[in-house]
Amino acid sequence: MPGAKAGAKPPPPPDPEPRPGLEEAAALWWRPEVTAGELARQGRRWTVWTAWIAIVFSAPGVILLLLSPLTLPVALGCFAHAWLIPWLQARRGARAVVPLRDAGGGVDAEASRVALGLLGDLVGHAERDLLAETGLALERGLLGVWLVGERGALMVRPGGRRVDSWCVTVGEPEDLPPADRIAHLLLALREDEPGFAKVANLGFSGAPWRVRRGLSERCRPALAEARRAARAGASPLSRGALVPIDEL
Amino acid sequence: MARLIRLDRTGHTTLAEWTADDESTREAAVEAFRRELDRGLLASVPRADGSADMVRELPLDAELVVLRRPIAGG
Repeated sequence: MPGAKAGAKPPPPPDPEPRPGLEEAAALWWRPEVTAGELARQGRRWTVWTAWIAIVFSAPGVILLLLSPLTLPVALGCFAHAWLIPWLQARRGARAVVPLRDAGGGVDAEASRVALGLLGDLVGHAERDLLAETGLALERGLLGVWLVGERGALMVRPGGRRVDSWCVTVGEPEDLPPADRIAHLLLALREDEPGFAKVANLGFSGAPWRVRRGLSERCRPALAEARRAARAGASPLSRGALVPIDEL
Repeated sequence: MARLIRLDRTGHTTLAEWTADDESTREAAVEAFRRELDRGLLASVPRADGSADMVRELPLDAELVVLRRPIAGG
């Protein structure tokens, strides 16, 4: 898989330079730093990979049809594979992001309400409405516009023409209220955006329409809003200000 | 009044509150902060502009310090 970052862990350098920012990222010293250039390279790899899959499965179908029209059923099977594999990749990327759900799984309603209050204070007014509607928290960063869920995140690149899907989660999330899971990821993202991307695993990178097909109806407006923000050249400073939580 | 909170199963728990002119509350907050960091939690200070800073020492001038669990690739 072109986006896979995890690999064999080489021996640690004798005296590694301490990495500022996210502690979780500093612990992953063997992983490359995530920059806009690195993301562009990853994106190109995903595009080449997808094209390769399409060619590898389509070409035999075309050849079979040229040899004999009677091979049509087999050729159709080849074309189906050429379509199905990239579709499955995109769907997996879309489904890596879990939107905010109602309380459940042993978490009581009061805890969920408290967690939701804190999360609502962390995001801005417009983002709060989007969160309530779609279950995803929109966060403007330097690498792109993020949509953060209970688990996983999508990032729309500047210009809005590519979406990356990141697999990331808070440690031991089982007992946390759903909104707290998002708050954990949101805080980490705000602390150190490249570090956040370094910790997360890139699960998919491709065109927004490919990701959109795999998203639930509820989440699609969030992707549309993130694309609008990415096209508008959203800056991290344009996000909402923190509201004091004295009243909590 | 500044607050030190921990994100947990209750939503969040207020571990300490302090004011700049009350040394006893400041010391209690620093002690609670260190105890939670020793347990493996990480501290984040949300800023008014929407950014956040990771800290290893309790910033006594902050209004809110949030203790959170580490994140990991899924």
